[in-house]
Amino acid sequence: MFEFLNVLINHGFMQNAIIIGLLASVACGVMGSYVVVRRIVFISGGISHTVLGGMGIAYYYGYNPLHGAVISALIAALVIGFVSLRYNQYEDTLIGALWAVGMAVGILFIYKTPGYNVDLMSYLFGNILMVEKESVRLLAYLDGLIILSVLLFYKRFLAVCFDEEYSKLQGVGVVSTYLLLLCLIALTVVILIQVVGIILVIALLTLPAATARYYARSLVQMMIIASILGALFTTSGLIVSYQPNLPAGATIVVIAGLAYLIATVLKGLAARFHGRRD
Amino acid sequence: MSQNKEVIKVEHVDFDYDGHLVLEDITLTVQEGDFMGVVGPNGSGKTTLLKIILGLIHPLKGKVQVFGRTPERGRHFIGYVPQHAELDASFPISVMDVVLIGRLGQAPMIGRYRKADRQAAEEAMQEAEISDLRSRRFGTLSGGQKQRVLMARALVGRPELLLLDEPTASIDGRVEQDIYHLLKKLNEKVTIVLVSHDVGFISAYVNKVACVNRRLVCNPADHMTGDTIEACYSGPIHMLKHTCEL
Repeated sequence: MFEFLNVLINHGFMQNAIIIGLLASVACGVMGSYVVVRRIVFISGGISHTVLGGMGIAYYYGYNPLHGAVISALIAALVIGFVSLRYNQYEDTLIGALWAVGMAVGILFIYKTPGYNVDLMSYLFGNILMVEKESVRLLAYLDGLIILSVLLFYKRFLAVCFDEEYSKLQGVGVVSTYLLLLCLIALTVVILIQVVGIILVIALLTLPAATARYYARSLVQMMIIASILGALFTTSGLIVSYQPNLPAGATIVVIAGLAYLIATVLKGLAARFHGRRD
Repeated sequence: MSQNKEVIKVEHVDFDYDGHLVLEDITLTVQEGDFMGVVGPNGSGKTTLLKIILGLIHPLKGKVQVFGRTPERGRHFIGYVPQHAELDASFPISVMDVVLIGRLGQAPMIGRYRKADRQAAEEAMQEAEISDLRSRRFGTLSGGQKQRVLMARALVGRPELLLLDEPTASIDGRVEQDIYHLLKKLNEKVTIVLVSHDVGFISAYVNKVACVNRRLVCNPADHMTGDTIEACYSGPIHMLKHTCEL
């Protein structure tokens, strides 16, 4: 712990890591709540894995993979959103296909990029300690954009997630609202990839929100609790993983998973002792 | 209230799901001030008929008018009460927020609801007698309470027509009676059409009954007898004769 504090004070990389962790917590708390209540975990998984395609292509052509990630995440959100609305019957098959093909494209491009391919692992499993200073600024902008959009469209998102049919009767553009929501989830995915990598994004997107749901009475409360939990998980993950030199992303996810498990058991026990009041 | 204005006009409507005809040649009229019960067995196309009137789905053939307009334009005058069982009970949303969804059409597109929206929601909750439930979580309410919340949501837009889909499904008898009482009171101001598979009970409250089983078996204008209802259900059913005031 002391050593960690020492590193935190003296080294920029650890400060960056903490800042990214906090930025990610807010994004995953807010957008993860939508993912959980709207039950679109699989769709979000599809978006996040397809992102590897964009990162790989950007990497191959010498662009910043983070920019490739933003663009490919948005494209994936729109394509997958369109597929889920238009071809409802085959939704899971089509998203599964996009998921795998997107990753495969990414792997091919990264493989063909000349030089030492160490980056593939950090895309897949994250490497929060290696994120550069300029990326932090971009992630902060994305965070701001997500929060601003949710502030502006909160009541629409709530209505469409809770009762799509009634929202349609109220003259709300259900399709555009849904696609906007998926785009914001896509941007969240890009932020989370920096922390835990593509493979583990779903954990950070769902576990804090799913844990928060046990204690929240409203969606806003759920978002706030999930953000605080996210901050606890990422920060404690960084602290725990530092000394034994464990991968930070995986450590954060294990902590989040344990917290969810404990919350679930406690909730079950509480329900048993108090009868089923709430 | 005058009885001559046509609120809903459905003419020769056919509807199919994947080539399977669920509604055939339905013609019916609802007039201002009516309290119409649409009855029929499960899977007879009652809910489909409601959704056609709302313009959520479009008929294969035939014409639908709501307040003399297309359903898409006429739906602004409609308060719709869906079956509460179709809503996610684990969703973290308060009663107030559910009711406010009924103001989404009038509220500003971005940002928060205005004071007027909240005021309207308060009034609608008072009308549905659920003001004390305002900050409760929707999913924790009983079936009857949920039903009232959805009624408040429908009322908050000041509709001229209420459409209800099985308002008393999975609700016990006494609460059911309370809900029909409330509807009877609301009927002084708005036209009501409600769908139910429970024939016996609603006949005490409604002034017209349409019996749907793919076709319209008994026309609302006809005198309703046990025979016509049996024809609708294609089998004998329990019917409370004394409640039939047609």
